[in-house]
Amino acid sequence: MSTATRTRGDVGVDQIQGVREAALRPVLETPRWFWPTVGLLAAVVAAGVGAWLVQIHLGLASAGYNDQAFWAIYEADLVTFIGVSYGGAVVSAILRLTHTPWRAPLTRIAEATALVTLPLGMMLVVPHLGRPWLIWEFLWPPYWNLSSPILWDFFAVSTYLITTAVFFYLPLIADLAIGAKILERRGTKRWLAVLWRFAAGRYDSGTRHRRILDGSINLVGIMVIPMAVSVHSVLSFAFASSSRPGYSETIFPVYFVVAALYSGVALVIVFTAAARRLFHLQGFITGDHIVRLGLVMLPLGATYLYLTFTEYLVDGYSNTLGSAAWVRQVIMGRYWPEFWFYVVGAGLFPILVMAYRRTRKASWILAASVVVLVAMWVKRLVIVIPAATEPLVNSPLSASGALSSAWGTYHFSWVSIVVTVAFAAAIPLLLLILFKFVPVLAIAEMEEMAASQDSHSAQPIPPPGRSVQVDSGSGLVQRGGAGDA
Amino acid sequence: MSPQENQTVPGADPGCQQCGQGGQQADSDGQKAKGARVSFSRRRFLGGAVAGGISVAAFGTAAAAMAPTPASSAGSDDGAKHQWAMVIDLRYCNGCKQCTTACEHFHYLHQEQTWIRVFEMQSSSGGKYFMPRPCMMCENPPCVPACPVSANFRTTEGLTLVDQSRCVGTRICMNSCPYQARYFNWDAPVPAPRQFVQQEPAWPVPQVQGTVGKCIFCAAKLPSGMLPECVANCPMGAIYLADMVSDTATNGMGATVKLSKFLADNNAVRFKESYGTSPRVFYILGDGQDVDSDAGVVS
Repeated sequence: MSTATRTRGDVGVDQIQGVREAALRPVLETPRWFWPTVGLLAAVVAAGVGAWLVQIHLGLASAGYNDQAFWAIYEADLVTFIGVSYGGAVVSAILRLTHTPWRAPLTRIAEATALVTLPLGMMLVVPHLGRPWLIWEFLWPPYWNLSSPILWDFFAVSTYLITTAVFFYLPLIADLAIGAKILERRGTKRWLAVLWRFAAGRYDSGTRHRRILDGSINLVGIMVIPMAVSVHSVLSFAFASSSRPGYSETIFPVYFVVAALYSGVALVIVFTAAARRLFHLQGFITGDHIVRLGLVMLPLGATYLYLTFTEYLVDGYSNTLGSAAWVRQVIMGRYWPEFWFYVVGAGLFPILVMAYRRTRKASWILAASVVVLVAMWVKRLVIVIPAATEPLVNSPLSASGALSSAWGTYHFSWVSIVVTVAFAAAIPLLLLILFKFVPVLAIAEMEEMAASQDSHSAQPIPPPGRSVQVDSGSGLVQRGGAGDA
Repeated sequence: MSPQENQTVPGADPGCQQCGQGGQQADSDGQKAKGARVSFSRRRFLGGAVAGGISVAAFGTAAAAMAPTPASSAGSDDGAKHQWAMVIDLRYCNGCKQCTTACEHFHYLHQEQTWIRVFEMQSSSGGKYFMPRPCMMCENPPCVPACPVSANFRTTEGLTLVDQSRCVGTRICMNSCPYQARYFNWDAPVPAPRQFVQQEPAWPVPQVQGTVGKCIFCAAKLPSGMLPECVANCPMGAIYLADMVSDTATNGMGATVKLSKFLADNNAVRFKESYGTSPRVFYILGDGQDVDSDAGVVS
């Protein structure tokens, strides 16, 4: 967002009184759907743990792996989960550093999404490993092989996890201080008030504390962005540092980072829309927020489509045996349904949704985001599986050869699918639990925005080429087509 | 156990030891046959890259580290008694796969764990030929730097082995091997009778579920002067175990040849030379045969 929007906030002054109430509602009230939902999600996660124990007993063959499909679903899951954690970094850090005012109601949800998905992504290493009980070897320096891309991954992701946790915690401090005060005044949930008071330290909203906290948040926000870029770059090295056609691509680091940002914003859209409905935040998070997140997602998706196009064009055109065979296998061979599902689902669909005024609505963008998440997971499968299964000893394209060595096949098994679904179910489960313990909105930030909006009477600057009316009550820009869902 | 198994390995006879000179000779002769090679060590490259990042002054170091190094300096091979290699004469391979069977039987492997796999190929004249593919025992093995927990290592005698007691099962070595020579234990290994010696990299029997295994040139047999199973059991005598120190190669039929001369005379080639892995498996090709699909041209 440009500095033009810096002069105004999107949070209405009349609504700001309700912020504290709304932010603490999920903590204080337990709606009827809550426990059944948590129970259902927990059951799915438990089923995943069960499937994983079966896999431990029977070996990775039970997850559909074989010597030619040595990397498949769990590696795609891992890339996907670590990827979606980027939404938190973008929405929160980038929008914060660019002083984009409409971010305020979204930051907590975005940061929480990152906080939940990143450890899950790291945990996906466990089903991926042949002998996960030896995972301590990654922590044992005498065994370290510093030239291994997997060890780089381990360091990069661990560092990023710590940074993400700090980036979640710092903006929370001010809110916890406010929340603790409210709980103490009301006399409810005393234990939580004690916990919050402890977590908030001796913070009071005096200007000095606020200034130090703001400085720290900005500093960590600046750190989060290059770190996020480094994590997915390093993750891509595990593939790209080999000589395997389809993996050995110089485009991979950029490709992975853009894919991560893209799917990350899609996940933030989904959870923002869900939180809005479930926690009754319609007064603070509007359809316009979803539309703006859609606008953030749009260039990322288009860039990713462009990178995909260049990668396959160059590799296919060059006619280097291994690469050309791999491109053919992906775009018109065995994997064409999956590849074209990505192109249509995560490549063209979101662009079309944003292109037409009639579909540029929260409901359509939410639908597009769900499709993007699924299609990007499928795209990761298309990245991981075909290249792994390509025969290396004689190329199928070669005029001479390819009689006995054929492409390998990965077979989805119930074990790997249940484990994957369990990891997916763990995201909403952990978020529901998390928002039982922390305010769902960034109270202090929203109040600050509202205050700064008060002190500025500048006219909002309309997006180019749009008819704009300003709803003076909410301060939201009501644009044609950007309706509520 | 076949009678050939008691065949002495090349270099085991102290009388034909020619010290390090022989190995050097073999190497340079091999090079002549194969053309110039570039040994490009990943470890060196990374070392160089880090140094370059730390200070501008290290730029020269980084550049030097990335420069091609002579093959004779690859690995810490100096002074070892043997430098193991293999010669596979594709002119004689009839595709019987007895090498694969013997290997799997000896190491208690599943049928699909073809540590030495016989690929069926088509020659340029349309005929069928066969290409056995063991581990290439690369001088610059891509699998070794890839392992995060250092479970892969290269012995001073030039054998790349896997420590299955340490392997976590990330399978990144399977990704980095350009020869598809690594096999994972996806499920329970073939049960082996109680062994008299402990499971170790040179004797990985029984295999361990959740770890990677691969051809080890029967590392446990070599010190006692026995040939690897595939060499001893090849009825065509197509597979030779070679020692680059003594400059000899011996097949299962009892024929022993001077390695450097054998390679040079027959224009031996190595598989995927362009990958810079410097394999220690040499192939002798017949008419219209080719090990390297990269050399093939799509018409």
